[in-house]
Amino acid sequence: MSTPVQMTPPQASKKPAPHAQKEDAMLLQKEMINRNYHELATAHENGRKVAATFVPGNLNELVMCFDFARSLPETNALQNGMRKKSGKMIMDAERDGHSEDVCTYVKADLGMMLGGEIGPTGEKLPTPDLLLLSYTGCFTFMKWFELIRQKYNCETVMLHTPYQGDGKITQSMRDYVVKQLKQTVIPTMERVSGVKFDIDRLRQYMKESAKAEDDLVRVLQSAKNRPSPIDGYFGAVYYIGPIFTAFRGTPEATQYYDVLRREIDQRVREKKGPITPEGEMAEEKYRLVVEGPPNWTSFREFWKMFYDEGAVVVTSTYAKVGGVYDFGFRHDPDHPLESLADYCLGCYTNMNFPQRIDMICRYMDEYEADGLLINSIKSCNSFSAGQLLMLREVEKRTGKPAAFIESDLVDPRYFSAANIKNRLESYFQMIKQKRSVAGVTAGH
Amino acid sequence: MRCFIGIDLGSTTTKAVVIDENQNVIGRGITNSRSNYDTAAKIAQQEALVNARFFLFRQALSSSGALNGALEDFLAQLERDFRLEQFLVQLSDLETTCQRNAEGSRFGDAGKAVSSALTEVLKRLRAEAPALFAPGAKRKSDFFRDIAGSRYLAIGEQVAKEAGMRYDMLVNVFDRSIIEVENRVYGDAISANLLAALDRTFLAMPETASRGDAVRAPIKSVLDTALEETYTVGTGYGRARLPFSKEHIRSEILCHGLGAHMMHAGTATVLDIGGQDTKAIQVDKHGIVESFQMNDRCAAGCGRYLGYIADEMNMGLHELGPLAMKATKTVRINSTCTVFAGAELRDRLSLGDKREDIMAGLHRAIILRAMSILARSGGIRNEFTFTGGVAKNEAAVKALKDLVRENYGELTLNINPESIYTGALGGATFAWRAVVEEGKTAEART
Repeated sequence: MSTPVQMTPPQASKKPAPHAQKEDAMLLQKEMINRNYHELATAHENGRKVAATFVPGNLNELVMCFDFARSLPETNALQNGMRKKSGKMIMDAERDGHSEDVCTYVKADLGMMLGGEIGPTGEKLPTPDLLLLSYTGCFTFMKWFELIRQKYNCETVMLHTPYQGDGKITQSMRDYVVKQLKQTVIPTMERVSGVKFDIDRLRQYMKESAKAEDDLVRVLQSAKNRPSPIDGYFGAVYYIGPIFTAFRGTPEATQYYDVLRREIDQRVREKKGPITPEGEMAEEKYRLVVEGPPNWTSFREFWKMFYDEGAVVVTSTYAKVGGVYDFGFRHDPDHPLESLADYCLGCYTNMNFPQRIDMICRYMDEYEADGLLINSIKSCNSFSAGQLLMLREVEKRTGKPAAFIESDLVDPRYFSAANIKNRLESYFQMIKQKRSVAGVTAGH
Repeated sequence: MRCFIGIDLGSTTTKAVVIDENQNVIGRGITNSRSNYDTAAKIAQQEALVNARFFLFRQALSSSGALNGALEDFLAQLERDFRLEQFLVQLSDLETTCQRNAEGSRFGDAGKAVSSALTEVLKRLRAEAPALFAPGAKRKSDFFRDIAGSRYLAIGEQVAKEAGMRYDMLVNVFDRSIIEVENRVYGDAISANLLAALDRTFLAMPETASRGDAVRAPIKSVLDTALEETYTVGTGYGRARLPFSKEHIRSEILCHGLGAHMMHAGTATVLDIGGQDTKAIQVDKHGIVESFQMNDRCAAGCGRYLGYIADEMNMGLHELGPLAMKATKTVRINSTCTVFAGAELRDRLSLGDKREDIMAGLHRAIILRAMSILARSGGIRNEFTFTGGVAKNEAAVKALKDLVRENYGELTLNINPESIYTGALGGATFAWRAVVEEGKTAEART
């Protein structure tokens, strides 16, 4: 599961989509991501090697130390989803023998390969020279790369990340990851790229990362204001784009987050609400926390169901899939390998149920949310399991209403707009009703 | 008088409930949704207002004592006569519409024959109409389309045979005309129909005719009282079609929760099985929804599942429950796909399983789906209220009772005879609250 996005207006239908309003930072982000696709497309002719890796636990700073161009298959799938290309790719993959129940990111990616690796921007994506599996909490990731390796016969390196089953990162877990980095991951990358590892180069990237991470956290936490100047889910997927993908550690990313932070600070000062594709959201009526990724194929339609009702997502666990920074973790140039280990171990999806529940309860409290909404992903068994239990527990602890909807990542067949809208409207009205009853009781 | 109206625009039927100033239910109306929510809403509301008139007649006549002892019989007769009057008005509309649709070159040389056959069919339909509304007469449905349709086709076949013409031409004219007719709202004719019905009733019950004036006066006074549509709240799939602002729209979850609470104040968990939705709702002691779950992506296990099975078995929907009740064992049937269940049904029949035993299995399959949705919503708490069209099916109720007992122990299970109106009642109560508690006034859709 996972990832960020680029600012392509998703088209709701064959009609030309109305012009979507965007923040400056969103436009800058779009440029960056398009540029990365171009770099990937021309990497081999420019003599660069290509590494493919996943968003949770991605070791971007380390990968950059070997001059790799970076490709993120999940991002490719979701970009194709937003551009209405994933439906055909998934069907192609199914025709090639993959079951209806397989993760739709995987099928979109395999379908893209079958179609000649034409990427989201229309340029041909290169065959990876290295598959870096640096986070193993999602077993599907492992199978996914296994399929790619089978097809392209490319070099694969795996970093095993122990699960935080007991809800903490121990020194031995950290040592275990660092040892793998030193003994396996770095030597493999040196061999494939022909570039010698330079730890000072890594430290330099990490300095940039930490700066950008500070700004990102400030932006995401701006939603604690009323009204929230951002949408911490639909808007946040744009904000996390660069830092969760090929840009963490680059000066461009640092600059991007600086621009973004200023923009959002300004919105806070002006007490403005979030920008939606149809302009600034009028009145903030509901503040929600969301668990689970958005649906990409009907992204705009899905978002509209929220802003039309005055619902803003103040924060989401999805905006943390590429790094949980809001509880203090930063990439640390003084302890580069250890902090890469902590980063992988601390992934949202590597946290156990009590940790995820605690995190959501904390969000509900700190962001003064009215409730929790779970969007459960049909084709993602790893992270859908247990979500109802989380919902119950959060309801019990916070006393706030929660709701559960189901859709999918990039399979357009699994977005049932009428049903989802019906449930969301019911949920918003339920919050309103509970609130008015609470108001009456408080007044008595 | 002020009336507060709730309309539940469901996928199969549209229901309306009218309540008065004191939250008493004074009228209920139902019609088929016929894929035209505008008309369905109007007709359901009109039916509910007619029903409210009868409620008020009863009140007025019982306090005047004019019909001492004969009140219930009189009102029942009056209602039948009113239905008959309404039916005759619609028949005459059907005739005009059919004749118009038979004009032109459609039937070529046969045009004349079609026209006179139509006249004959409608004549016979009119002649047998009083029998359809006689005391004790059984009608499969109360919807004009169903009653007139089945008789038109039966008589039409006979008439076509007698006239030596093609029956399908009569069917064709009917199909073209019935939609027009059932989509017309006869609001203005209600008072006139009631007064005409009153004359029929006096004829049918001559012993009451002597008290004619004493009976007429309170009825006239009720008819002269305007039933003011003070505030309407809409719910159900067609709710966005109502000519009111968003303020007038509530989700069916909230309406079913509140409606169930109004019917049974001790309700904690509500199960509603409708045409395409199964809802499990937890409410607090004020009828406020605490959590809910609905079926997602698939309508297996909803009312339509039974509708499909009824079609497969070539039976009426209402015949399934009674058949299943005759079962001596329950055949295991999958509950995850309606179409597969249909295939399984045929397979079981070919294996020699008895129809009633298979039916029992199908009803259990529906309830198993519901149990899973209930579990997702937080389980079943006491008291447990079952609503929606499927709550009228005794075999579904039996399966539910068994499974609840097996999984949750003994609980109070409420099934209201009027449970099909739960959503509409919740809507009407929201309408009442909006005006009486929140001081709101009706707002048009912008």
